[in-house]
Amino acid sequence: METIKTESPPDTLADKQRFGGHGENIVAPILQADGTLAAGAECPMDDDQVQEVLSLMIRSRLIDERGVSYQRQGRIGTFSENRGQEGASAGSAMALNAETDWVVQSYRELPVLLRQGMPLEQYWTLFIGHPDGWGFPEGVNVWPLQIELGAQMPHAVGMAWGFKRQQRPGVVVGYIGDGATSEGDFYEAGNLAGVTKAPVVFFVQNNGWAISTPRERQTAASSIAAKAAGWGMPSYIVDGNDVFAVYSVMREAVARARNGEGATLIEAQTYRVGAHNTSDAPSRYRTEDGADAIARTDPLVRLRTYATSLGLWDADRDAALTESTYIEIDEAFKVAHERAKVRTPSMLFDHVYADPPARTIRQRETIEKEFDQ
Amino acid sequence: MTTLTMVEAVRSALMTEMERDDRVMVLGEDVGKLGGVYRATEGLIERFGPDRVFDTPIAEASIIGASVGLAASGVIPVAELQFLGFGHLAFHQVAHQLARLRYRSRGKLTAPVTIRAPFGGGVRALEIHSDAYESMYANVPGLKVVAPATAHDAKGMLLASIRDEDPVLFLEPLRGYRLIKDEVPDGDYTVELGKARIAREGNDITLIAWSGMVPQAERAADTLASEGISAEVIDLRSITPLDVDTLATSVAKTGRAVIIQEGPLSSGFAAEVATTIAEEVFYSLEAPVQRVAGPDTPYPFAAALEDFYLPGQSRILGAARKALSA
Ligand SMILES: Cc1ncc(C[n+]2csc(CCOP(=O)(O)OP(=O)(O)O)c2C)c(N)n1
Repeated sequence: METIKTESPPDTLADKQRFGGHGENIVAPILQADGTLAAGAECPMDDDQVQEVLSLMIRSRLIDERGVSYQRQGRIGTFSENRGQEGASAGSAMALNAETDWVVQSYRELPVLLRQGMPLEQYWTLFIGHPDGWGFPEGVNVWPLQIELGAQMPHAVGMAWGFKRQQRPGVVVGYIGDGATSEGDFYEAGNLAGVTKAPVVFFVQNNGWAISTPRERQTAASSIAAKAAGWGMPSYIVDGNDVFAVYSVMREAVARARNGEGATLIEAQTYRVGAHNTSDAPSRYRTEDGADAIARTDPLVRLRTYATSLGLWDADRDAALTESTYIEIDEAFKVAHERAKVRTPSMLFDHVYADPPARTIRQRETIEKEFDQ
Repeated sequence: MTTLTMVEAVRSALMTEMERDDRVMVLGEDVGKLGGVYRATEGLIERFGPDRVFDTPIAEASIIGASVGLAASGVIPVAELQFLGFGHLAFHQVAHQLARLRYRSRGKLTAPVTIRAPFGGGVRALEIHSDAYESMYANVPGLKVVAPATAHDAKGMLLASIRDEDPVLFLEPLRGYRLIKDEVPDGDYTVELGKARIAREGNDITLIAWSGMVPQAERAADTLASEGISAEVIDLRSITPLDVDTLATSVAKTGRAVIIQEGPLSSGFAAEVATTIAEEVFYSLEAPVQRVAGPDTPYPFAAALEDFYLPGQSRILGAARKALSA
């Protein structure tokens, strides 16, 4: 991976907010907005990986679109899409070994969850509003989604630190949004990661917005990456819409962690194309609409153009993947829909305690009786 | 059997369990070389090294938050909060993350974490070092809160807490660290969580207390005994789960109850105990249940005022006499 030691950002980092300036490493661009490689840059993935990451991004996009329409039809609850951030999410996930590495998610990382092996019916079960959606199957190394912004970061550090202490393999990635980096837990976790040299990666998806609050309002620092200097942790700014640059910097961070060299912070600068979630009204606080935004930043178009130019992708493959993904979505939703029909009052009490106290058992019996007809 | 102080009993439990199970690690502020500000972890770093007895940065949320992650990785963390009053800086990690990890992951991830924290007043400590906040934690589902009153129970319950599959907040009476002294078995034993202890049997009235207030209740029982009144003293030991049966059996027998807590009266844990008694044995009651507690004021930061704040003999005996005369 190449980095540019400069105060000024590379061209592909188009937005004003995307400037480093405090000595953070800026990752050199690889895949440019027009789908060609930057001069002198090499693709860090082999052909299979290019096809895999492109498929992942396409599937994620289709699932997101369907999620929004399911929500509009009242079939699922509030939904947050990853659309526009697939380069950052999928690119980072590709650098993980899903068998040993763990993801401590925020809530906007669909491609990462898919890459780690989450069955799609679980995702729908979650958004239908059923508790089964929260538990990841054995072997899918992902923590439940995090509602309390930033609270996941100490968990990521603790788990990574625990792996290190027990000499277990495994790198842990904590995902966090730009807004959530203002929380105290982010700083405490970063500081502890520095001290413990835990094999953890802090992956910040800076999508420019935290609901209605722009990135400039979160911090007066020149970048979020700049904050890592205070923890003795190396940090990188990368164009999150350049999936190859994301992958290459993530691969390096994961390798550092695996080699016992400790934590890294990566700030992937991308864009939240859609609303914050299905309850949000972006026109109240920003002018650019989703269509313009995606035309400007789309990481998927970039990669598809590149893969097509190499003969790794074509319209037939695209059509076939789209069709199979729609089938996957429909079938997964059916399974989830059936699963979610099973709802009993006793589920309130499942997994609260290993060994429930007498009083809780009595409460369960009372509520079961109340709803027993 | 050896006579140990409360703090020695805590240390003995940590020593015993770290010796027995190498997954156990202690982390917190100044727990290493210093041995903790009250020396509860003294000698551990020499025996087990700085990786298993880890001096953390001063950051409570990440001490608890990292413990959640450590536990998920297979480590068994015993985290020390230097004082319970500073637990608020980690309260979200305790209530929303630690106590719910099993629930929110549907059993995939669990958090067998023990948090040790001194609490309660009586030692002329600084502001925020003396507050008895157990009721706030008692309202957190998924968390056990225990507060032993003897060295024997401290060791046995700390061992039980560390071995518990779920998180436990283990509260240690600041005032009792060196004042409380009793016979403690040398080896390994546990005292079951969720079971109250009848500290003294009696027939006329039940005095209910926990942690640092138990010796106060016993002193009051002595005075009452000298007046020919037989008081039963219940040491709750566990705040949650609450031992409802022991409470109900005792009050059904005596018909009178006084609950003694250190923290402010309103919405304190004594209210929970009183309600439980009313629910379970209302018709056995011969007098209204009495609560003795700190006033609804901040814990005084001026040592001069501490004795006015803390429930002492006059307040406890006054409440007992009121119950007895009804
Ligand atoms: C502790 C906490 N405070 C506030 C919220 C409400 N909230 C949910 S998402 C959000 C914005 C988060 O923005 P960011 O971290 O940038 O992530 P993004 O949604 O853009 O991916 C807020 C304020 C919350 N969930 N948790």
